[in-house]
Amino acid sequence: MRKLLSLAATATLALGLTAGIASAEDPLKVGFIYVGPVSDHGWSYQHDQGRLAIEEHFGDKVETTFIESVSEGPDAERAIERLARSGHDLIFTTSFGYMNPTVKVAKRFPDVKFEHATGYKQAENVATYGARFYEGRYIIGQIAAKVSETGTAGYIGSFPIPEVVRGINAFMLGAQSVDPDFKVKIVWVNSWYDPGREADAAKALVDQGVDIMVQHTDSPAPLQVAEERGIKGFGQASDMIKFAPNAQMTAIVDDWSEYYIARVQAVMDGTWEGGDTWGGLDQKLVHIAPFTNLPEEVAAEAAATTEAIRKGELVPFSGPITKQDGSVFLEEGQQATDEQLLGMNFYIKGVDDQLPK
Amino acid sequence: MRLELEKRSEHSALMTVLSPVVALGLTVVAGGILFAAMGYNPGEALYAFFIEPLTNQWSIEELLVKAGPLILIAVGLSVCFLSNNWNIGAEGQFTIGALAGSMIPILFHEYTGPMAMPLMVLMGALGGMVWASVPAFLKTRFGTNEILTSLMLVYVAQFLLDYLVRGPWRDPDGFNFPESRIFDDAHTLMTLGDGRLHLGFVFALVAVFVIWFMLSQTLKGFEIKVMGETPRAGRFAGFSHRGIVWFGFMVSGAFAGIAGMAEVSGSIGQLTPVISPGYGFTAIIVAFLGRLNPIGIVFAGLLLALSYIGGESAQVALGLSDKITRVFQGMLLFFVLACDTLILYRIRLIKSAPKAGGAHERA
Repeated sequence: MRKLLSLAATATLALGLTAGIASAEDPLKVGFIYVGPVSDHGWSYQHDQGRLAIEEHFGDKVETTFIESVSEGPDAERAIERLARSGHDLIFTTSFGYMNPTVKVAKRFPDVKFEHATGYKQAENVATYGARFYEGRYIIGQIAAKVSETGTAGYIGSFPIPEVVRGINAFMLGAQSVDPDFKVKIVWVNSWYDPGREADAAKALVDQGVDIMVQHTDSPAPLQVAEERGIKGFGQASDMIKFAPNAQMTAIVDDWSEYYIARVQAVMDGTWEGGDTWGGLDQKLVHIAPFTNLPEEVAAEAAATTEAIRKGELVPFSGPITKQDGSVFLEEGQQATDEQLLGMNFYIKGVDDQLPK
Repeated sequence: MRLELEKRSEHSALMTVLSPVVALGLTVVAGGILFAAMGYNPGEALYAFFIEPLTNQWSIEELLVKAGPLILIAVGLSVCFLSNNWNIGAEGQFTIGALAGSMIPILFHEYTGPMAMPLMVLMGALGGMVWASVPAFLKTRFGTNEILTSLMLVYVAQFLLDYLVRGPWRDPDGFNFPESRIFDDAHTLMTLGDGRLHLGFVFALVAVFVIWFMLSQTLKGFEIKVMGETPRAGRFAGFSHRGIVWFGFMVSGAFAGIAGMAEVSGSIGQLTPVISPGYGFTAIIVAFLGRLNPIGIVFAGLLLALSYIGGESAQVALGLSDKITRVFQGMLLFFVLACDTLILYRIRLIKSAPKAGGAHERA
């Protein structure tokens, strides 16, 4: 019975698909699924900037759609399938939690191309992409250690997943390159976007005496607290200078525009393929916002570090690096593999915090 | 001069039936004005919201997928609410049901025999019941306020889920990402039709029938209503207060647990840190929107599911923001409550302050 049903399903699907394939003159339909609201001014906002860049670049040749605030639970698969069904040719699903739903929908729509951000499961019609934000975190770590007077930064984390843990480690490696005793206080807010909780966490950190605010959550709230309390901080995902004109020293900016334009072009040319893209400063997926509110020599050094990472002369995760528990992560001269980076679930030495298990 | 709500001595049976329809009509009109003010064509927007989701088989199936857990949880809650017990923690019972139901697919994933699925359903029900037994026990033993205890346990349940998917139950091949392994086919609820509609919806319908039968045809149903409305009279009739508390919590816990298990096994296919977009809380609204009546709950569940699916469809069709969708849902609930209030109460304009002040004014 089950077999019969799925057979019927395939047949209906095939019919629907042939009807759905766009003719040459039709604009290419590109869809996006966002985890937050477009107005978060962080993660989802930057993806939407990428969408707008596609529209600007291709004009009438594309048509774009988005669904925002799609929760990473049972609703995700429906939202993705809705885009696939309504004739979209290329669909970007822009949060980690959409991985399995994306793969499931992709199986049912073999002629639609899917791009999943920050995941690791690929298929014929599913590509993955991500950015090496940790490169930026190394740079801001250096800046933090140079500017801080108390020698302690506050760090607001979303979830203890490898992406975020890697960011903390990269930040500390940067900071330790300046001040080996630099300290970080970490607060987990268990959300990517919750301005209220982010702000509360930031206030608590300031009260504990940190004078640098770092965040791995998407709203400008922590930086706004830094501005109010007269300490310094860094923007996340987008250039947040307008929220904190006196506090933001720089921001790690996600820039998806070039990647998105290239992928749309590839679909138009018929050269699109699955696979994985994980680029950083070199591929312009990560940007460093202009240095502001900084002494000139610190800004100059930060610019030099940025350049060195871009050229590959400086690799943030290169040995010797010791784990928090004292065991060796990388020997002198070793560099971390992508595999090691993607599954990173431990702190490096000097992080005075317990990783939530 | 001020306005006052005055209780009507009797309320019209006709209006009780008509009020949801009136509320829906008012929502459509107010929504149309809202859409027009935003610069959208109100006709198109309302079409995308209410009609388009019903025009093809796929979205009807999706509607049922979304309504299934809402109806199943709400029907259980209605028993609890009718007996004057306030279980606000269905979301937690849902979560623990999902966890218990996931034990076989995660811990004993090699076992794929024919009993796997029935066992999973049973475990889901037991999980929800265990979680609901805590507020029931505290209430019967210590007279604790069950609204608080059941609500607080929601967060405990969610953190337990979070702990398990990040720790011991994490997919060993998953690069440390917080997700369980993907369930084997034998641990996935059978689907109906060609989409994602799964047996969970059938569970909801069975539950509706059972509760309808119990409430309208059996002594137990009578006992629930008597104990809910006049507990003193109930005690004279020999009904046990303690028994009815336990009964309400066990039924609602079991149903929420089964809903959680069905959602994980049927819709998601693995455990993830987020398994519910707030079904347990939305179900409270569904239960009251359906007037704590099993048949009413079916319609209320479908209506709420439609507002979610329609909101998404409007986003795609018109680029309507997700925020407007939520305002629209809020208006719907507001009008329903307002209409209900006006059935029971009338508004009176009072010209001069009455002599009795104090408590009366605050009423």
